[in-house]
Amino acid sequence: MKEDQGPYRRLSYFQLMEVTLRELLVEKGVLTPGQVDSEVQAMRKRTPERGARVVARAWIDPAFKQKLLENGSKACESMGIEVPGLHLVAVENTPSVHNVIVCTLCSCYPRMLLGIPPDWYKSLNYRSRMVREPRAVLAEFGLTVAQETQIRVHDSSADMRYIVLPMRPAGTEGWSEERLAALVDRDSMIGVAVPKGPQD
Amino acid sequence: MPEPRFKPGERVKVLKAFPPGHIRTPYYVRGHVGEIERICGAFPNPEELAQMRSGLPAQPLYRVRFRQNEVWPDYRGNPADVLEVEIFQHWLEKA
Amino acid sequence: MIERGHHDLGGLPAGKVERSEHDYAEWERRVDAMVQLLRFQGKITVDELRKNIEALPPEAYRTMAYYEKWVSSLAQTLLQRGIVTTEELARKMAEIDART
Repeated sequence: MKEDQGPYRRLSYFQLMEVTLRELLVEKGVLTPGQVDSEVQAMRKRTPERGARVVARAWIDPAFKQKLLENGSKACESMGIEVPGLHLVAVENTPSVHNVIVCTLCSCYPRMLLGIPPDWYKSLNYRSRMVREPRAVLAEFGLTVAQETQIRVHDSSADMRYIVLPMRPAGTEGWSEERLAALVDRDSMIGVAVPKGPQD
Repeated sequence: MPEPRFKPGERVKVLKAFPPGHIRTPYYVRGHVGEIERICGAFPNPEELAQMRSGLPAQPLYRVRFRQNEVWPDYRGNPADVLEVEIFQHWLEKA
Repeated sequence: MIERGHHDLGGLPAGKVERSEHDYAEWERRVDAMVQLLRFQGKITVDELRKNIEALPPEAYRTMAYYEKWVSSLAQTLLQRGIVTTEELARKMAEIDART
């Protein structure tokens, strides 16, 4: 490998691998030039805001909420949110049930809807402990779940992907969908947090 | 889809088997008893897809609900706490 | 033969969850994009990619960064599928290395 050259940074082995694969695949006509960059742009547009819109709609529209709980992907598409290939299951928080999502085997996550998962979701510690001691892990995230509340931990082990439908915060009666969606962050749709309240 | 063998509410046991290969049935549920929460549909077998084969015919996939205090003998949360895991039909037998 | 895959982590003792997050670098996003494009084309499956990540040695699995594992696995998968050869990879890597 060449020595460092002033302002130029040497690629790591893995960065070198990325460039290598991309250039070879374009040379072979498997990918077109610019196709990877286009896909990166498309992926950047998939953010948790998409999920927040779905949650806000479910809070306002009971019929939509039913559809969401029956078939998450169909419900997203009915709102014009494209999620090709996603098999989405929405799980609903209630006063007696709290849901949280993990993928113990790798890092399965509803990427088509919410974008790239955070580092901690993919970490060895989260994947090991969330199925075994959810209350302790949630407490580390600053969320205390009452002992009387049932916790359901969902391990995304196969083809389904999950989104938690959090409870609508009190004091938001009459709010617009847009205003409600702004309360819903990524962590509340994974289940390690609850949405902000109107006062936050 | 071939007629699923199990229905929601039915009690099932996960095979206590530890074969090599790419497997999507987590180690911690093998040999444990749970209840069918729903039938997710039929999907190609990931164990076969991983070996560059088609994984067809598609196999019924279930969400199975386990009691935490049945899976972990030292579990200290609410006794009603559960784990819900997707498991392919060929890993399940009637409990 | 191993009885339990070292990726099969559910229930194992582990430490505190580090909450730090990093903004993904462009090269990492490009790895993700290539994986998606090749999957949509039906040239590779996510199952092969996962299998190849699981085949990393235990220490490498634990210490390699997420997208380092994915790009390694992508290379292995493309080799297994015959979409690239080791010789092609070697030639291209040397060519890129010489110009960077």
